[in-house]
Amino acid sequence: MELADIAIKFGLIIIIFLISLVIAMYSTYAERKIAAFFQDRVGPNRAGPWGILQPLADGGKMFLKEEIIPTNATPFLFIVGPSLAILTACIGSAVIPWGQNMVIGGKVIPLQVTDINVGILYIFGVVSLGVYGVMIGGWASNNKYSLLGAIRAASQNISYEISMGLSIIALLLVTGTLSLGEIAQQQHGWHWNVLYQPVGFILFLVCAFAETNRTPFDLPECETELVGGYHTEYSSMKLGFYLFAEYINMFISSAVMATLYFGGYNYPGMDWVAAHVGPIAGPLIGTAVFFAKIFLFIFFFMWVRWTIPRFRYDQLMDLGWKILIPLAIANIVVTGVVITLLN
Amino acid sequence: MSTFYFIAFLSIFFSILVISAKNPVHSILYLILTFFTFTIHYILMNAQFLAIVNFIVYMGAILVLFLYTLMLINLNKESEPVKPFMVKIAAVFGGGILAVALVSSLKSLGVSDPVVLKNPELGLVKNLGKVLFNEFLLPFEVSSVLLLSAMVGAVLLATKDKETKATI
Repeated sequence: MELADIAIKFGLIIIIFLISLVIAMYSTYAERKIAAFFQDRVGPNRAGPWGILQPLADGGKMFLKEEIIPTNATPFLFIVGPSLAILTACIGSAVIPWGQNMVIGGKVIPLQVTDINVGILYIFGVVSLGVYGVMIGGWASNNKYSLLGAIRAASQNISYEISMGLSIIALLLVTGTLSLGEIAQQQHGWHWNVLYQPVGFILFLVCAFAETNRTPFDLPECETELVGGYHTEYSSMKLGFYLFAEYINMFISSAVMATLYFGGYNYPGMDWVAAHVGPIAGPLIGTAVFFAKIFLFIFFFMWVRWTIPRFRYDQLMDLGWKILIPLAIANIVVTGVVITLLN
Repeated sequence: MSTFYFIAFLSIFFSILVISAKNPVHSILYLILTFFTFTIHYILMNAQFLAIVNFIVYMGAILVLFLYTLMLINLNKESEPVKPFMVKIAAVFGGGILAVALVSSLKSLGVSDPVVLKNPELGLVKNLGKVLFNEFLLPFEVSSVLLLSAMVGAVLLATKDKETKATI
């Protein structure tokens, strides 16, 4: 690999990292504004025009607050927990195709950090690793509410990972590849996978809510029963990392859903647009469309949070094991039969 | 090659920590790190699929369940079982026999031809799937039946106490 290629990759990684952080930051602002809209309030409006500087003020507060490590906690693991949460949230973006290859001065620049041929499984692995941050932090706090939150997180993630994996299997039957780059290419124009896998998409969506611990699946931090759940004992930026990791996870899972089911950077009429605006602006418009889809999904996450109340814990387990898993298996069987008959 | 030796050193280092850690939760955390080094070994051997499956299944699911169970158990010093002397001697004897068996099997491994991969791309998903579903279809399906029977057994154990449940 040449030096220029390494520099391009490095720049791309930095840009993606910054974009995820900024989007996560402004998701907190968007969440509060959307919540205010749903509840007929104004929302944050003091810091800067329309409260636009509110995330910076929150971040400053988080950094400057006193750092408390409880006496009976395990200090090292208490710090490892939030670090692991934010780490696993950030590394998921490495395999997502952010746009088509750009050609600048005869040089092909892929807008994807790495196109490994097990891309979906990599995402899946990172998601399954994400629960360790919550578990280690909850256990190290040495608090029974934290421990209960951690245990809930573990059982919830494992239960919903199964149906998520099964819904991905049905998608793989359609696409025939595990590489996210190829899956995005296959959905050229309007051939989006959601048209072939509507049930799979709904299953994946529900599981994504459960994996990111968003309402109605936010049982690990259920404040009506568990004080603050796994982050009861956390303060200052360590708490900030947990909250931040949730928003980054939301952004990454929106990007994954947009790539897998909603065509990624593809949109109807993209060939016509690309022929008219040139080889540099064309892929950039595709990237803009991709981000528009991501923002729609993030809005949907927030919309659901402020519309649907939280599940009871037994309802959560019933939904996961008795409804989603049989549905996912039926989806695989039907998809397999249809594909065999059509070929 | 130096990468391999470094990762191999880490694997052995973390596995020693697994058995020497006083706190069971810490030893599970070291076990997670050990499995992570195994994942790196698979990647070094260009077996991407095995690497990621090891990552998902062992690190992401089985060890989460281990950790889950250990967190629920009350692990105080008082509840630690004290083994009788005879049991300790039996354990040392059994361990010694296992070590002899392992060493002898390693010795016989050196005599036979080392496994040379005909296809260095074998570890990629496409090739591995083709091999599994063409050459090794029967063992593959039989092992799935084995897993199913284990699952049925677990369900049976979990639903054994029906009468006591009704009284609650």
